[in-house]
Amino acid sequence: MELKNAVAGTLESGDIMIQIGPAAQGLSIELDSSVEAQFGRQIRSLIAETLQGLGIEKAQVKAVDKGALDCTIRARVTAAAVRATGKDVWKD
Amino acid sequence: MRNSKLSSLEEAIRRSGLRDGMTISFHHHFRGGDKVVNMVVDKLAQMGFKDLKLAASSLSDVHAPLIEHIKNGVITGISTSGLRGELANAISHGLMAEPVVFRSHGGRGSAIASGELHIDVAFLGASSSDELGNACGFSRSENAKSICGSLGYALPDARYADHVVVITDDLVAYPNMPMSISAADVESVVVVDSVGDSSKISAGAIRDSKNPRDILLAKQAAKVVINSGLFEDGFSIQTGTGGASLAVVKYIRESMLQKGIKASFALGGITAHMVKLHEEGLIGKLIDVQSFDKVAAESIKNDPFHQEVSAVEYASGMHKGSAVHALDIVILSALEVDVDFNVNVLVGSDGIIRGAIGGHQDTAADSALSIIVCPLLRGRIPCIVPKVTTLITPGSTIDVVVTEYGIAVNPGRPEVAERLRLAGLKVVDIHDLAAKATSIIGTPDPLPFGDRVVGIVMNRDGSVLDKIHIIR
Repeated sequence: MELKNAVAGTLESGDIMIQIGPAAQGLSIELDSSVEAQFGRQIRSLIAETLQGLGIEKAQVKAVDKGALDCTIRARVTAAAVRATGKDVWKD
Repeated sequence: MRNSKLSSLEEAIRRSGLRDGMTISFHHHFRGGDKVVNMVVDKLAQMGFKDLKLAASSLSDVHAPLIEHIKNGVITGISTSGLRGELANAISHGLMAEPVVFRSHGGRGSAIASGELHIDVAFLGASSSDELGNACGFSRSENAKSICGSLGYALPDARYADHVVVITDDLVAYPNMPMSISAADVESVVVVDSVGDSSKISAGAIRDSKNPRDILLAKQAAKVVINSGLFEDGFSIQTGTGGASLAVVKYIRESMLQKGIKASFALGGITAHMVKLHEEGLIGKLIDVQSFDKVAAESIKNDPFHQEVSAVEYASGMHKGSAVHALDIVILSALEVDVDFNVNVLVGSDGIIRGAIGGHQDTAADSALSIIVCPLLRGRIPCIVPKVTTLITPGSTIDVVVTEYGIAVNPGRPEVAERLRLAGLKVVDIHDLAAKATSIIGTPDPLPFGDRVVGIVMNRDGSVLDKIHIIR
């Protein structure tokens, strides 16, 4: 799937900002989280899982997390993916 | 004047007989605005002192310059109620070879009184002093430069330290009366430009919350107080720091007016809220170990029924006369509460020290009813947990935990649970709260603690409660 650079989310407490862009191969996730020690592993796998669920296998992701819950992370990743692919997963 | 004790800081230090390895002490009544600790330790470093032990009533963000003095070997030991900011971060990551000793305010008072914590030289900031050392946390002169109100945490130091240096920014004519620190305890008086920035007294842990969740928690906690069985004419109350626990006062006030109930006294850190209730006649007397804002500091200066109290008389577990023994209700905050009602107020869930014991242990243990107010989650950080990161206040002394998902009552207080249930409050099992938190955030990975001990948490009776390990 063709990707443009896109972003979703904010740097507010309780939110996560997802930047997504094209990659030659694979999924790379760079995470900066205020809860890295306890939840970094879970957040990375949730981002990967959400993207794969949307059919995105090749992407570069930068995420800045301020303690977001899973539902927020899923929503921000989905929104960034929709903006990057132009494919509205809610409508299409 | 004759027998004046005035001297420069350097001269006062020389005169004190301070030597390497000795213990120096400070109070934290200026909180985030304190200038005395940095000023004195800078001077001690300049004069070539090494291996000093710093016994502070508490330390905060403003004391980050101590990091250099620790690296240079000027300070090699610290005891305090709390640590925040860069200094706390550096110590959590292993800055000091010797672990920091954490004590509650009452515990520190007891340790000083018993000699367990011996102070060689106390450096005590004061907003006014005369040339003999009668000193106060406020000034009645027109040259007043600062105000911190109560000097409660400095009084044990003044009384028990071998040598006392008063540092003031307003030298007033003798006699500076009424005084907090008596000239009888003071060896030297040093005049400086500024001992502290009074506008920063209410910085740090104290904030007036507009957060809707804090307000919800405060309203729930007020209902607990009102239906506790202790809410009757002549009751007494204390609130800790933290938005929700401070806001509770506002909602209790409404009920007091409605039912015509008056409190006999409010204790501890005194805030503008408490002063307002006192001035309205709803609280008879204020017993103030620490003025939490400028309104409280002004009040203690002007109101004879707003009484300063030393840390020992406030909260010592070893002194039968201490005020906490007469306290009915205390409302406290927490970073974490576990399913055994144990509380952590010192170490963040990232393993980094970021708080203070304060009077938590003391008031929880000796009050008739201790109420913790805290949300289930702060962002992704759980506050109700299977086991606290660090044990600060034992669960046996905690009676009620108020969260936005329900109120948990210690199984040791079934009569309290029954009263709250009858009042229509949602009483839940604390295990269910912990499970609810886990269902929302998942199970956190364990923190990367190392083996080295960077902090020791004392109980108020002088026993060791827990150890804080280095974080990687």
